[in-house]
Amino acid sequence: MAVMSSAVTNPHQFLQAQNRWHWIEVAFWLATLLPFVLTPSYLSLASQIAITALFALSLDLILGYAGIVSLGHAAFFGFGAYTAGLISKWGWGEPLSGLLIAAFSAAVLGYLMSFIIARFRHLTLIMMTLGLGLLLFEVANKASWLTGGADGLQGVHMWPLLGMFRFDLYGYTAYTYALIVLFLLFLLSRRLTNSPFGLALRGIRENLTRMRAIGATSRSHIRTVYTISAAIAGVAGGLLTQTTETVSLGVVDFQRSADVLVILVLGGAGRLYGGLIGAIIFMVARDQFSGINPQYWYFPIGVLLIAVVMFLPNGILGGLARLVASWRSRSQ
Amino acid sequence: MSTPVLSTRGLDKNFGSLVVAKDIEIALPKGVRYALIGPNGAGKTTLINLITGMLQPDVGQIFLGDEEITRLGPEQRVRRGLVRTFQINTLFPNLTALEAVTLAVCERRGDAKTWWRPITAYGEVLDEAYSILTSLLLAPVCNRPTRELAYGQQRLLEIALALATRPKVLLLDEPAAGVPRDESSELFAAITSLSQDITVLFIEHDMNIVFKLASRIIVMVGGRILVEGTPAEIAADPRVREVYLGGAHHG
Ligand SMILES: Nc1ncnc2c1ncn2[C@@H]1O[C@H](COP(=O)(O)OP(=O)(O)OP(=O)(O)O)[C@@H](O)[C@H]1O
Ligand SMILES: [Mg+2]
Repeated sequence: MAVMSSAVTNPHQFLQAQNRWHWIEVAFWLATLLPFVLTPSYLSLASQIAITALFALSLDLILGYAGIVSLGHAAFFGFGAYTAGLISKWGWGEPLSGLLIAAFSAAVLGYLMSFIIARFRHLTLIMMTLGLGLLLFEVANKASWLTGGADGLQGVHMWPLLGMFRFDLYGYTAYTYALIVLFLLFLLSRRLTNSPFGLALRGIRENLTRMRAIGATSRSHIRTVYTISAAIAGVAGGLLTQTTETVSLGVVDFQRSADVLVILVLGGAGRLYGGLIGAIIFMVARDQFSGINPQYWYFPIGVLLIAVVMFLPNGILGGLARLVASWRSRSQ
Repeated sequence: MSTPVLSTRGLDKNFGSLVVAKDIEIALPKGVRYALIGPNGAGKTTLINLITGMLQPDVGQIFLGDEEITRLGPEQRVRRGLVRTFQINTLFPNLTALEAVTLAVCERRGDAKTWWRPITAYGEVLDEAYSILTSLLLAPVCNRPTRELAYGQQRLLEIALALATRPKVLLLDEPAAGVPRDESSELFAAITSLSQDITVLFIEHDMNIVFKLASRIIVMVGGRILVEGTPAEIAADPRVREVYLGGAHHG
């Protein structure tokens, strides 16, 4: 009797219960430590997964919460990646400050873009973001004196993290670093989505007309979340640069924008963990299948994507949530 | 006489060759209960769209008190106290009723920009939202997603969202549209009990309700105001009878 139980719960308790940490969440974050003991030879992959997860998280804030579709999110990832790379190349290899600068520069780009983004919706918006992504790719490609173009940016060298931890060949430092940054920005995103602002974002996604009718400042909300999302994407890009000590054109290409969208849709948009789960599945699948057949590894991903979109419109996490809910209501 | 709370001067609006508003002049004094009636397609909803800024008039001016608001966006008008509801449910399907009303309260107070504090830290906002829902008998279902609410409850939520903005002028577009007549009493009780500080204009097809609730009535036909007056005047007006006996009325 769902009606009865929600009738007796007072609204404060109900919302508090929703915001509280669930034991599954705690278990999830503890499990992210397992690669250190179980698969120590895969720590580089683990760190790539954490970085991709962070990138997907940044997209989730705008797509999953505010309903703003983007086909060019790699623009911010790439901008952060190149910024972090250039700073190091020019002689400043300190990781944390480099990451902050990457975040800041991606945020500035995001803020400028947000004035255009906030004016459009639907197909126009998709084309806008796609155009931006392609534009930035061409800029990075043409400006080879700065970016190294198709050869990639050479001469990136990072100093030890906190002056103590070298970026080792096994990815021990890399994964630790990426995981901590992911966790901190996850906490920030979690706070954001549980805030009044997060509620307003969901309002924008649900019904923009009604938002106007309650006097909401939707455009300014969109600008804010877009800037934050760009900054987080920039951090992800910066992390990739710093942990691999190279930057290739791949950080801004269309493939990266498309992949992150696939990852989020697979995992389930609008629930923060969707991007994380999606990144794990996608990256592990890529690692495994491309070992078997490097050319066709997209085939199983394509099949999985079609299956998820057809049968689990809210992604894998959405499907799991529904399963748990129906199992609960049956056992009552 | 004091300035009306809401007034329009010479509003015109055409959709191509279709005239949906022609020379609309209204002036609503504070606290009155105005009914806007007229056959289907008369341009009643269009008039609300024009007044609230969801449509721009071709010609004419709109005033809220002394201030001209013709060029303001809809959300700016709402923040000045000019608020509407929709004839067709325009809600947040996946937000709970409580979340939706909380959102409206947050936007009014300027809290919706805050992203670093959890919503649970806003006890008074939640209390206010909850008490609005309680007054509209929605408290028992406040934690259910809007899309799961009964249709009549969704109509009440339309009003709850409008009230959360603390309107000075409330424009209700057929609040009971689609609600069976014997179930609409809750809706009209809610409208009757609105504070006398709020000026209300409501569109309604049911004449019994119009005559019961309205202190004045505006009759629209074909994009024009046919006549405006007290219920008694409207009831006695031969032109109004002609329109309504002409068969255009469905209510
Ligand atoms: N966006 C639009 N574009 C073109 N025509 C429109 C538009 N909106 C409304 N109309 C037309 O304008 C006329 C007035 O419509 P409106 O919705 O204002 O009528 P109404 O008085 O509210 O009718 P009802 O009682 O059926 O709600 C109708 O003929 C309608 O078809
Ligand atoms: Mg109408």
